[in-house]
Amino acid sequence: MTTVAIPAPSRAHKNKLRGAGGQRAAGWLTYSILTLVFLLSVFPFFWTIVAASTSNTEINKVPPNLIPGPNLIKNFHAALTNVNMGTALLNSTIVSGCVALGTVAFGTLAGFAFAKLKFRGRNVLLFITIGTTMVPMQIGIVPLYMLMNKLHLIGRLPAVILPTLVTAFGVFFLRQYLIRAVPDDLVEAARIDGASLLRIFWSVVVPLARPAMAVLGMLTFMATWNDLFWPLIVLNSDNPTVQVAIDNLNAGYVPDMSVILAGTLLGTIPVLAVFILLGRQIVGGIMQGAIKG
Amino acid sequence: MATTITPQSTATPTQRRRGIRDRAGDRRSRWDQKFSPYGFVAPFFIVFGAFGLYPLVWTAWVSVHHTELINADQMGGWAGFQNYVNLLHDSFFWNAFRNTVSLAILSAVPQLLMALGLAHLLNYKLRGSTFWRISVLAPFATSVAAATVVFAQLFNRDVGTVNYVLHTVFGISNVDFTNSKWPAQIAISTIVIWRWTGYNALIYLAAMQSIPNELYEAATVDGASQWRQFREVTIPSLRPTIIFTIIISTIGSIQLFGEPLLFSSGGTNAVTGGADRQYQTLAMYFYERGFNNGHLGRAAAVAWLMFLIIVIFVIINTLIARRMRDSE
Repeated sequence: MTTVAIPAPSRAHKNKLRGAGGQRAAGWLTYSILTLVFLLSVFPFFWTIVAASTSNTEINKVPPNLIPGPNLIKNFHAALTNVNMGTALLNSTIVSGCVALGTVAFGTLAGFAFAKLKFRGRNVLLFITIGTTMVPMQIGIVPLYMLMNKLHLIGRLPAVILPTLVTAFGVFFLRQYLIRAVPDDLVEAARIDGASLLRIFWSVVVPLARPAMAVLGMLTFMATWNDLFWPLIVLNSDNPTVQVAIDNLNAGYVPDMSVILAGTLLGTIPVLAVFILLGRQIVGGIMQGAIKG
Repeated sequence: MATTITPQSTATPTQRRRGIRDRAGDRRSRWDQKFSPYGFVAPFFIVFGAFGLYPLVWTAWVSVHHTELINADQMGGWAGFQNYVNLLHDSFFWNAFRNTVSLAILSAVPQLLMALGLAHLLNYKLRGSTFWRISVLAPFATSVAAATVVFAQLFNRDVGTVNYVLHTVFGISNVDFTNSKWPAQIAISTIVIWRWTGYNALIYLAAMQSIPNELYEAATVDGASQWRQFREVTIPSLRPTIIFTIIISTIGSIQLFGEPLLFSSGGTNAVTGGADRQYQTLAMYFYERGFNNGHLGRAAAVAWLMFLIIVIFVIINTLIARRMRDSE
């Protein structure tokens, strides 16, 4: 009854409830359209692999060449040496890892307090949190830049990590989850047994919150990895994240299109790997967030 | 799944424990109950306050100053509304505003309609439903920068795959997607649509699955066709979700930046959105004013106006939604 969390069983359960109306069996037309959508979704990936493994002349052929060539490793190597793609991959891993950890850890702590504890000013604080989930970060960029300048962080990774280390969305997401996933009786019982709140958090809440923490962590990692606007402003080409490096590649420092696309592919592989491995959970997370949001 | 402890079963041992415990422990526990919650929310609010809320509010203050990038640790002189007046007299600002609106419409409308249709298909009983769901979401995992670099090549005037297909199927030759205004805006919108349609489809799908089946059964008994069921049961039930996605995708469109920036392949006029600013958006204009021309105060004014546009849009949207609900 408190297992709202895990998407797969609840979906199966719903499917069973479906009769004639909501979920008819799909016909050939549905499968055809879905196959077309699938092809449109993956064609750019496929084309990138082809282009990154050939050379400029192959890319410029009409009709387009769709057979992979032998130059993938060579082009990867060129991309790694030309625009700091190696540094960029390391930087993006550090930044996205820190941000995902911070968002999940602080989001779970605050989410638990908002979901299960009573304290003065709770509603006001919660209102501020929810009210700002929709406000884009772009609005505050100028003062943020001035702040980072004052802290001597321009061009350095903390400038990218700090502004997204916590998110209002993370707190809200975990609060919604914990309201239903953690039974009040359980918290009360542990409290009566003399457990401190920190201990309750650690040994009762965290184990129950794990599925939501994992989903939030993955979504945050992906979003941070893919962020361009703020890193482009605050970092420079000597110490870039992957997206800044892709922008540098694109801006014409490298004349060879197959190298540019190899670099782009290299910067996409890590997050794509996460997505392919954990796609089911990510799909579940998005659908869950939708129902609850 | 969890052991549920009924009040009766805990009463006696608890009382015993309470008796043993000394008063200092009791006090510690009360202190814990009262102040620990603040400790739990403190890390969030300290970081969020410093790097989220403070810059947001402070933008307004910077926007009424002559703050410059080369002197970014000083506010600069008082400007009053000078930055705003300059903006409203700048034809490039209005050009960016118009481009932002047209790109928002070109990307959001087809995207949400297609997402609705796709969600409907995914809601059928499918073999390998998880596979289909993951595959429609795959574009969402790609970064804006990566997707744009690839699409810019696919939309290339002379050798792009899109032009090849247009030529072979429709006989249209060499559309200049990079430089002609409307083809460029359509190409940029295509990138947005490609990345976000699957995501929105999953949100719609989640909402469709929570529509009670009885509604469909009743409609079937009434002899309603599938199309009528979609129009008269599915769409009204999805209304709050549709409004939510409209708001989210519009807020995203107003901030559109990476796609148009990387779409123009030259380094120098990237931030102007083409040589004639054919697709410079407000976010790019903001970047140009603040970080290319170095007028931070003016950039802050742009940011504040963008915020205003978002607020106005959300209010209008909420009012329309309320009227639609009331008229039913």
